[in-house]
Amino acid sequence: MVPIEIRDVTLVYDTPGGKVPGVKDVNFNIDASEFVCILGPSGCGKSTLLNIIAGFLAPAAGEILIGGKAVTGHGMDRGVVFQDFAQLFPWRTALGNVAFGLEMKGVPKQERETIAREQLRLVKLEKFVASYPHHLSGGMQQRVAIARALAYNPSVLLMDEPFAALDALTRDDMQRLLADVWRETRKTVIYVTHNVAEAVYLADRVVVMTPHPGTVKMVIPIKLTRPRDPLSVEFLDYQKELLAHLGHGTAETQEHKKANGKAPTTGG
Amino acid sequence: MTALTETGKNKRSLVRAAVTLAAAAAFYEAVSYSGLFPRVLLPTIQTILSTLYSMLADGSMLEHAGYTLYRVLFGFCLAILVGLPLGILMARFKAVENFFLPLVSALMPIPSFSLVPLFMLWFGIGNLTTILGVFYAATFPMVFNTWSGVRAVNPLWLRAAGVMGADEKRLFWKVIIPGASPFIITGMRQAFLRSWIAVVGAEMIAASDFGLGWVIFDSKEFLQTDVMMASLVMIGLIGFVFERVVFGSLERFTVLRWGMVRVAKG
Amino acid sequence: MAVQDSASAVGVAGATGPSAGARWRTITLNTYPFVVVGAIWEVVAHSGMFPRKLFPTLEDIARSFIDLTVSGILPHHAIDTLLRLLAGFGLAAIVGLIIGVSMGRSRRAEDIFLPLVSILAPIPGLAYTPLFLLWFGPGEVSAVLLVAFVSMFAVIYNTWTGVKSVKEIWLRSAQAMGADDRRMFSHVILPGALPYILTGLRLGLAQAWRILVAVEMLAAVPWGLGWLIFGAREFLNTDAMMAGVVVIALIGLGLEKYVFQKIEDYTVVRWGMIGAMAP
Repeated sequence: MVPIEIRDVTLVYDTPGGKVPGVKDVNFNIDASEFVCILGPSGCGKSTLLNIIAGFLAPAAGEILIGGKAVTGHGMDRGVVFQDFAQLFPWRTALGNVAFGLEMKGVPKQERETIAREQLRLVKLEKFVASYPHHLSGGMQQRVAIARALAYNPSVLLMDEPFAALDALTRDDMQRLLADVWRETRKTVIYVTHNVAEAVYLADRVVVMTPHPGTVKMVIPIKLTRPRDPLSVEFLDYQKELLAHLGHGTAETQEHKKANGKAPTTGG
Repeated sequence: MTALTETGKNKRSLVRAAVTLAAAAAFYEAVSYSGLFPRVLLPTIQTILSTLYSMLADGSMLEHAGYTLYRVLFGFCLAILVGLPLGILMARFKAVENFFLPLVSALMPIPSFSLVPLFMLWFGIGNLTTILGVFYAATFPMVFNTWSGVRAVNPLWLRAAGVMGADEKRLFWKVIIPGASPFIITGMRQAFLRSWIAVVGAEMIAASDFGLGWVIFDSKEFLQTDVMMASLVMIGLIGFVFERVVFGSLERFTVLRWGMVRVAKG
Repeated sequence: MAVQDSASAVGVAGATGPSAGARWRTITLNTYPFVVVGAIWEVVAHSGMFPRKLFPTLEDIARSFIDLTVSGILPHHAIDTLLRLLAGFGLAAIVGLIIGVSMGRSRRAEDIFLPLVSILAPIPGLAYTPLFLLWFGPGEVSAVLLVAFVSMFAVIYNTWTGVKSVKEIWLRSAQAMGADDRRMFSHVILPGALPYILTGLRLGLAQAWRILVAVEMLAAVPWGLGWLIFGAREFLNTDAMMAGVVVIALIGLGLEKYVFQKIEDYTVVRWGMIGAMAP
């Protein structure tokens, strides 16, 4: 797997109300096979940053290097999972969705079905290969989305609050499943979330971002052994530390986001 | 995709639309003047406009439009008077639904025009035949949409209203009718659209002596293409006014204001 | 997709499962309204309230229907009408899809076609009939072109809306998975827009069907159900007229039940995308 370097990335939104800084001078590195969570309140630019890394947005300044190569657009070295369940193609079965990227790559039918089946087994959906998305629950749909993003074997997995729209119990299961998947595949993962416990549970390192403009406040390594126990004292200490760094600016930033009516990139 | 470039794009769209229309008009004029086709078949735009103006000035156009409107509105209102209650009854009472649904499904695909000759035999040429043609065309969309609308009323609203003490009568007027209104309005819209087509066709087939459809068809005999096109413009204008102004504002004041999305656009 | 068949097989077995008794019940339920209406018709026709010539009994209509069918006249009319419908609607579908898709994909095409479409569409298509008759002469060409012209707008409008409303997130997902422009179109945009496109085709076909009968009456085509009905009026052949109407009703029902509902069941309904319903 490959390391990622994020160098002086800046992006500004043009809105009817004037120029709104999205992210400003963001700098950090991610090691190969590392799991990094980007944590911050709504409007802090974390989704914007992810979209820049994914290649959907071009930064106004700075650059992103994946495995030493500069990002110029989207590419098959990265898989993306969004928050919205609607990301799956309703006209394709679970298998069809997972096989899509392989099909684009030109992998023969037999082979891509084998791979897609294998990926669906990884997310424990082997019984639902033939189901259409509307017959699957939200959690299952997101698991298909993860399998789909992994199927064409990208070295980096980008996830934009993939479990934010799920209920708490399902979310716990999904986090455990994702940790397992990551342990097995050793992808480099960038995971955007506003959920502190989620970040502590999943990440090797947590990048804390603050808004106005979106900047990196600090990077905190989580030195807990896996699998992690969310009820342990150390786990709670990390949560307290992160919450302290996030401060109490959350309510204010919500206001800011509404006032500007922006956030074309933050999912649902 | 920033806001600034978006307004820029919209401005460009307007310019392009204007250019397109101007180019289309110029092309038409050029062909018309070129003499490639007989002038009587392809009158210039000035001729059409001056014919429209003189027909409006001497009142003949308004008279024709008046007849057409009378027929279309008569048939349309009749269709609402029959279609709305029937649709509601079908949705509320299983027995009514069992009886009428097969009939409605069987009769709906019959184009009203195919019955006009029959109406001509029965009722002769004139208003009644045309109105019946319109009525037949408009009733089914009305019935069908009302029926679907009442059936689609969210059961949660019924339960909520019941909890708040609404009796049968108030449940009907305060919950079911407003709840079904997006469908009902869509039904009216579709019904009018079909009425408008039906009246023009019926006037052509069952030629009386007045009405826009009749004028168009009659002017073919005398190669009065300018009269024909002027009447076409009139038909388009009236249809547009009803579609946008009447039904558009009806929708704005009801379902759009309530944030209920319109369903089943015809 | 072999596995998926086993899943859908359960559904099929469930659908064809009900006993013969239940099926008979449905058939009776659906036919009794027609029996009641037919009986009323018979009573009125036999009562002599109206002249028999103008208000034929069901026996007369049936006899006329059988005679005309056996002699091959009715099938000839029906086939000509169907061919005309297919030609006109086929033309409309092809042209409408091309224009609609290009409007949805390119802002330039949208700017050019939208004003033309919005000016031409609100005029009821039938009103163009005399103009087409003058330009292209009475007969086949005018009839087919008119049907095509009229039904084209529904196809254009819905295709355009469908292509424009393809979800941004599908495009992004497909992009991330390496779809190029061509496959983005065939694998994502077309299926994504399909519910709308089908609605457009269905509305277009319905419009073509409604107008065709009238066009046949006005365009002086040699054969066709519209012409049959119109011509029969001259000779007070009410029974032949009614026979024609029956065939028209059957064709209309067949189009609705066996063409578009089937296509929809196999695509958008199975995908759970149904949302664009249109009676």
